[in-house]
Amino acid sequence: MIPEPAIDRLSAMFRSPDVTGTRYELVSILGRGGMGVVYLARDTALDREVALKIFDRAPGDANEARLIARLEHPGIVPVHDFGELPDGRQFYAMKLVRGDRLDRWMGAGRDISERLGVFLRVCDAVAFAHAHGVVHRDLKPANVMVGEFGEVLVLDWGIAAELTNADSGLRPSTSSGRPEALEGRTSDSGSRGRDSIVGTPEYMAPEQARGDAGVDHRADVFALGAMLAGIAAGSAPVVAIARKAQSPDPASRYQSVAALAADVNRYLAGRAVEAHREPLVDRLVRIGRRHRLPILLVLTYMAARVLLLYFFRV
Amino acid sequence: MSEFPATRHSIVAAIRSPQPDVRRTAFDALATAYWKPVFKYVRLKWHASPDDAADLTQGFFLRAFEKDFFAGFDPARARFRTYLRTCLDGYVSNTRKADARLKRGGGVTLVPIDVDEAERELQLQAGNAIDDFDAYFHREWLRGLFAAAAARLKDACAARGRLERFTAFEQYDLAGDDAGRPTYAELARRLGLSTIDVTNELAAARREFRRFVLEALREQCATDEEFEAESRALTG
Repeated sequence: MIPEPAIDRLSAMFRSPDVTGTRYELVSILGRGGMGVVYLARDTALDREVALKIFDRAPGDANEARLIARLEHPGIVPVHDFGELPDGRQFYAMKLVRGDRLDRWMGAGRDISERLGVFLRVCDAVAFAHAHGVVHRDLKPANVMVGEFGEVLVLDWGIAAELTNADSGLRPSTSSGRPEALEGRTSDSGSRGRDSIVGTPEYMAPEQARGDAGVDHRADVFALGAMLAGIAAGSAPVVAIARKAQSPDPASRYQSVAALAADVNRYLAGRAVEAHREPLVDRLVRIGRRHRLPILLVLTYMAARVLLLYFFRV
Repeated sequence: MSEFPATRHSIVAAIRSPQPDVRRTAFDALATAYWKPVFKYVRLKWHASPDDAADLTQGFFLRAFEKDFFAGFDPARARFRTYLRTCLDGYVSNTRKADARLKRGGGVTLVPIDVDEAERELQLQAGNAIDDFDAYFHREWLRGLFAAAAARLKDACAARGRLERFTAFEQYDLAGDDAGRPTYAELARRLGLSTIDVTNELAAARREFRRFVLEALREQCATDEEFEAESRALTG
């Protein structure tokens, strides 16, 4: 008798897209991303495994692949190939990253400096995209992969948009002709409707949630702030940085990802951060930690002087 | 749809043939595909004992053959298996009211029913609660469809001297719980193949299996429209 799990497995196999005529064979589902499903697939021509994203609907999603292909950065997953299935849906193949999603990776007892190190590498990739006029719009721990060899990659650029210029709003990556912020999904796993808002609510900037026309790269600063809040682990300066990045008014946030990263770097270097007005005691403790050796030398010297004075007088 | 097997004839359509031998062959094929879902359904929905269920199953197919039940099927109104299940419910209900054992087909063997095999399967399924008998009948029909396609795949692989392809498929895709499934590397060791070979054999087996399922499905549909609807339902 064919057992129950096998019936489910075979039924799922039938529901998988038909990739006949492509060089790929689907192996399993890796996850659902913006506007499509990502499969573990085998590239039969090169005999290697890849991640294959197949879009939910056809046509017009080619820009996502082209947009990512433009962003050649170690923190952005590279695109290998792009094509069309027999049913007209488009797909693209990208490097398969083995590792953990950031939300799972963080759960494995990492200390705050290790977490912030990964966060800064996410910032590097996002800043690079911004420099090339691309805003991710769905940054969250589930869209960051920490690889087996320590590589950090930002995934799922499915709802990314191009900045028309550095300061004024976005052009969608799809070819639908209207801002995608008004037509996509409400969450990464939720239902889709043309009148819903793209992104993930916990990480979405208020202006993006409202579907404002002037959404820009600072929406990503907000999402990075939300990610940082999950990393903060009770550290007051990091919490303050996260809070500033998540200011409801974009003008009150860090004005660039680089500025946000600079404040995190200041924290890691033991210096005062822009976002946090620290109490005097905390400041002294921080300075004490940062200049531990010179302070120790001065104190030792002063103690020696006191002792010498004391013994000579006696 | 390129995957539609065009060469096989529909057994549901053949059942209406004016030629008795064609009708009989088609009927046998249909009974082979459906006897187990029918038996299990009667056992569970109608709370029949194994012997009673076997009699009712035989009687149902006998009656269907004699009275040309299936010739009255209109593909525009329902799926064949829905029609068959409705006929079955009517038959069991009427037969129980009449309580006429001989009319159920007692003593007559039209369909080769393996009660022991079906009972073993029911034992294995004993822990599964059933709250929707329509869904249960569909699931059992699907199990039978997959089993028929797997048998065809095995025959095809054996005929080409590629039985390791079926073995890989059987041990990996037809396995029970995921926890008990071998990895590709384990499967490669068992079969004396490389991991890449296992990947390729599985991919080929799945492609063939898909074709055989659609072929078996085509045979059980009366019209192209019904087949397209059924395959759409199957492929989501």
